[in-house]
Amino acid sequence: MKPAPFEHLAPTSVPEALNMLGEYAPDARVLAGGQSLVPMMNFRLARPAVLVDLNRISDLFYIDDNGDYLAVGAMTREREIENSDLVRAACPLLHEATLNIGHLPIRSRGTIGGSLCNADPAAEYPATILALDATLVAQSVRGEREIPAAEFFDGALTTTLEPDEILTEIRAPKAPSSSGAAFLEVSRRHGDFALAGVAAQITLDGDVVTNVRLAACGVGSGPVRLTGAEDAIRSDGLTDASLAAAEAAAAVQADPDSDVHATSGYSRKLAGVMTKRALQKAAERARAGA
Amino acid sequence: MTEKRNVTVTVNGEAHSGEAEPRTLLADFLRDELRLTGTHVGCEHGVCGACTVIVDGFAARSCLMFAVQADGAEINTIEGLAENGKMHRLQKLFSEHRALQCGFCTPGMLMTAIDLVHSHDSLTEEEVRVGMSAALCRCTGYEGIVNAVTEYAQQVHGKDAGNG
Repeated sequence: MKPAPFEHLAPTSVPEALNMLGEYAPDARVLAGGQSLVPMMNFRLARPAVLVDLNRISDLFYIDDNGDYLAVGAMTREREIENSDLVRAACPLLHEATLNIGHLPIRSRGTIGGSLCNADPAAEYPATILALDATLVAQSVRGEREIPAAEFFDGALTTTLEPDEILTEIRAPKAPSSSGAAFLEVSRRHGDFALAGVAAQITLDGDVVTNVRLAACGVGSGPVRLTGAEDAIRSDGLTDASLAAAEAAAAVQADPDSDVHATSGYSRKLAGVMTKRALQKAAERARAGA
Repeated sequence: MTEKRNVTVTVNGEAHSGEAEPRTLLADFLRDELRLTGTHVGCEHGVCGACTVIVDGFAARSCLMFAVQADGAEINTIEGLAENGKMHRLQKLFSEHRALQCGFCTPGMLMTAIDLVHSHDSLTEEEVRVGMSAALCRCTGYEGIVNAVTEYAQQVHGKDAGNG
C-alpha cells in the first residue's frame, strides 16, 4: 500500500523544527530514519497529518567525545555508529548492539534517536541505553531537559517525551577501564527482531566484580533492566553458582508474550541463557582488556 | 503542502527532475516519474530488499524514503551498473553462478551486494551470507547468490581492490 497524504516539513535547524512541532503537535509526527514509521505509513497503520522531517538538520548528526561520555546526535545513522572507531573504543556495547540491528541497508538510514523514540520492545538500542545508564536530551520550545534512560520508556512504542519535544542527543557513558561488554540476541533469521536479546557491561578489579549492568529486549512491553541477575553477580562475583542464579533471575524477570515466532516460555528461557552468555562474554573481554 | 513539488536527483550520474507528492515513495518516483523501472517494488515495508538502491553512497530501501527526501541526492540504480552495453562483472558472476531465476529480486540483490562488498575490506563467505540476508529471493535458493557475491568480494578485495 501507499501512505495517506500528509504535509512534509523539512526544517534545517532544531529551533525551526521545534517551532513547527509546537505548532502542529499532536497531529504531527517527527520523521527520523523512517525505517519503522514509513512501513507503518505504507500500511496506513500511521496516518500523521504532518511530518516534521529531521533529515536536513545537520546539527543533529554527530558523535563527540565529551570526556566522560560520548555525545551522539539523535539523527546519527546506525551505520555511522557501526563505523565509528570512537564508539568501538569508548562504548563497545553501543557498537556491538548496532551490529545486531536489521540489515546494512536499514542501518544506512536508521538513526539512534529514531529507534529510541519508536521504543519497540524488541529493538536493540532501548535495552542498550538502559544497560549503559545513558542520559537523553530532549528539547521543545519550552527549553531543554535531561531524561535518564530508566525514565524514558513508558510501555510498548511509548516514551515519556511530550508531543512537542524532540530527542536531540544521547549521552552514553564511556566504558570504564577493565570493563567488558557484550550484546547477544537470538532471532529466527538474521536481521529479524530478537526473540530475546541481552546487553551486558561488567567492570572487574582483578577477579572482583565492581559493577555490572544488564538489560534485555524482546521480553516485555519495553526494555527490561535485569536487576535480579545484576544482584546475583554483584553479591557473589562470577562463579558457576552466581551465573546460574543470574540466568534464573533473568528468566523470572523477563515477561515475554507468546507470538507466532516463540512461546513466552521459550523466550523466557532464552532471556536467561542470553544473560548468562552475555555475562561470560563481557567478563572474558574485561579480562582480555585489563 | 500535500500537493506535488519538484524533485531533482542525480541518478547514475545524470540529473533528473520530476514531480512528487510528499507521500510518493522514492521507489515509485524512480519507476513512475523517471521511468527507471529496473528498481523493483516488492513488500513496501523494508523487508524484501527488492527496491534497494544506493543513496549518497549507502544502500537503502527506496520504499522507506519519500522522493522529496531525496531532493539533491546522488542515487545509483541497477540501470547504472552496465557500462557501454557491457555487463558489470557482478552481473556476469550472477549469470555464471546461476544466481537468479525469475530475476525479480536481482536488482535489489545486486545493489545490496555492491554496497556490502565495497564498504568492507574483506568478507568471508559467512559474512556475505549474513550481509545478503538483507535481500530475499523466493525462487533460486541462496547458494548461487552467495557464491557470486563471495567471488566478487574476492576479486574486489584482492589484487584489483577498489576497481569495482
